[in-house]
Amino acid sequence: MNRTLPLWPVFVAMMLAGCTGKDENWHGKDISGLMPELEFQLQGTDGNTVTPADSGGNIRLVYFGFTSCPDVCPTTLTDLRRSIEQLPEQYQNDVTTLFVSVDPRRDTPERLASYVNFFGDRVVGLTAEEPALRKLAKRYRTTFGYDDPDASGNYNVSHSSAVYVFDRDGDARLLLRPGLSPDQISEDLAQLAREANS
Amino acid sequence: MPVSSYLLPYDFSPLTLLSYMLVLGFYGVALLRMPEQDRPGSARIVTFTLGVMLCYAVMQTRFDYYSQYMFFVHRGQHLILHHLGPILIALSNPLPVMRFWYQRISPSARYWLQPLGWLYRLLQQPFIASFLFVGLIYFWLWPPIHFDAMLSRQLYWIMNWSMLLDGLLFWWLIFDPRSPAITSALGYGKRILLLALVALPQMILGAWIVFSRGMVYDVYEVCGRAWPMPPETDQLLGGLLTWIPPAMMSIVGILLVLRRAMHEDGKFPKRSSLAGGNA
Repeated sequence: MNRTLPLWPVFVAMMLAGCTGKDENWHGKDISGLMPELEFQLQGTDGNTVTPADSGGNIRLVYFGFTSCPDVCPTTLTDLRRSIEQLPEQYQNDVTTLFVSVDPRRDTPERLASYVNFFGDRVVGLTAEEPALRKLAKRYRTTFGYDDPDASGNYNVSHSSAVYVFDRDGDARLLLRPGLSPDQISEDLAQLAREANS
Repeated sequence: MPVSSYLLPYDFSPLTLLSYMLVLGFYGVALLRMPEQDRPGSARIVTFTLGVMLCYAVMQTRFDYYSQYMFFVHRGQHLILHHLGPILIALSNPLPVMRFWYQRISPSARYWLQPLGWLYRLLQQPFIASFLFVGLIYFWLWPPIHFDAMLSRQLYWIMNWSMLLDGLLFWWLIFDPRSPAITSALGYGKRILLLALVALPQMILGAWIVFSRGMVYDVYEVCGRAWPMPPETDQLLGGLLTWIPPAMMSIVGILLVLRRAMHEDGKFPKRSSLAGGNA
């Protein structure tokens, strides 16, 4: 008990720091404290189990989508790629994009692999059985749903259109809503990368 | 999907389950133990249970899932938590049950519970009550606040519970079974005035949502919908649910209060102050 006592001023200071942190200007929506830290166990494109530890220390961008997605997913992934390319040299390898497919029936590991490779080599394609995906989606207060298939078996999937940004410690920090430009995203990512490095 | 998964909670909240069990438990025990002449009739018991179970259903079944990811279902959820459920509970007149338990509280506990009574009387001031009633709707539908509430599990629960508790307070004030002629309950005229007053801002808000061109509540777009539905349709339906049913409930409320006022007319001797004021 006595040993923990000297930690109190540190704790208070951290809380105050947390308060001042809110004054920072972000283009994305600040979600610090609103959501739990990054945690998942999903299948990678090579069939291995992937957890946040595999990209530990990196800034993680989590995006839920599906490879048959007509426009939103490719646009978002292209924007993310461009924003990462605009980052200062030393941070470019500090950002990992996690593309979580919520359409495991169609998105086989091979299909997912060729899709994410198209958007750069720091994009990780992930998926799982539907219950595991539901659990992950629920944790981040998002969901997905399937339309009825048409005559040729194609169906639409409703999914989150935002990108969840987790810092190097895996804490939820920002939500990038659609409509942000790559420049704006890049500025946010740079700010996040600097903050954790200092 | 099996039927059970529709009945099981999407986001299980032990505190919520416990609260509902306690309410129904206390109600049931009081029914069994209270003297015959005080016991509410079966219609009132059914009304009370229905009101409580409706609120439970929208909080702790699959309905809650759809409320989190569809704007119009969310509006339906609040319609039940803030209007329909509390209306049924208040109309069932659980006063004898509350009296039964109040008499069993020891005097020392009553002393410590006093601040709760003060708070209750403060919140039931007609102006404060109606301000809270409308204010909470506006507060949680304020777009930035609504966004956060839908993202944070904690805020989401606070939102739903605050709506339910405020609904209970307001509709209890309106349907208080005690006659204003012989108790300090709010006068019927004032109750009708309050009902009309709170209907107006709700209609304005609902109409504003319905006629908004852009996306007012993009959180449902950001977080994905329960099924693919055009955002405009979702917003339109949600706006209509904010606009029309609450207005209708205010009108039904006014009719019910009027009916009671007419039934009681001449039943109790008029208060002299009132008679003096009219002369």
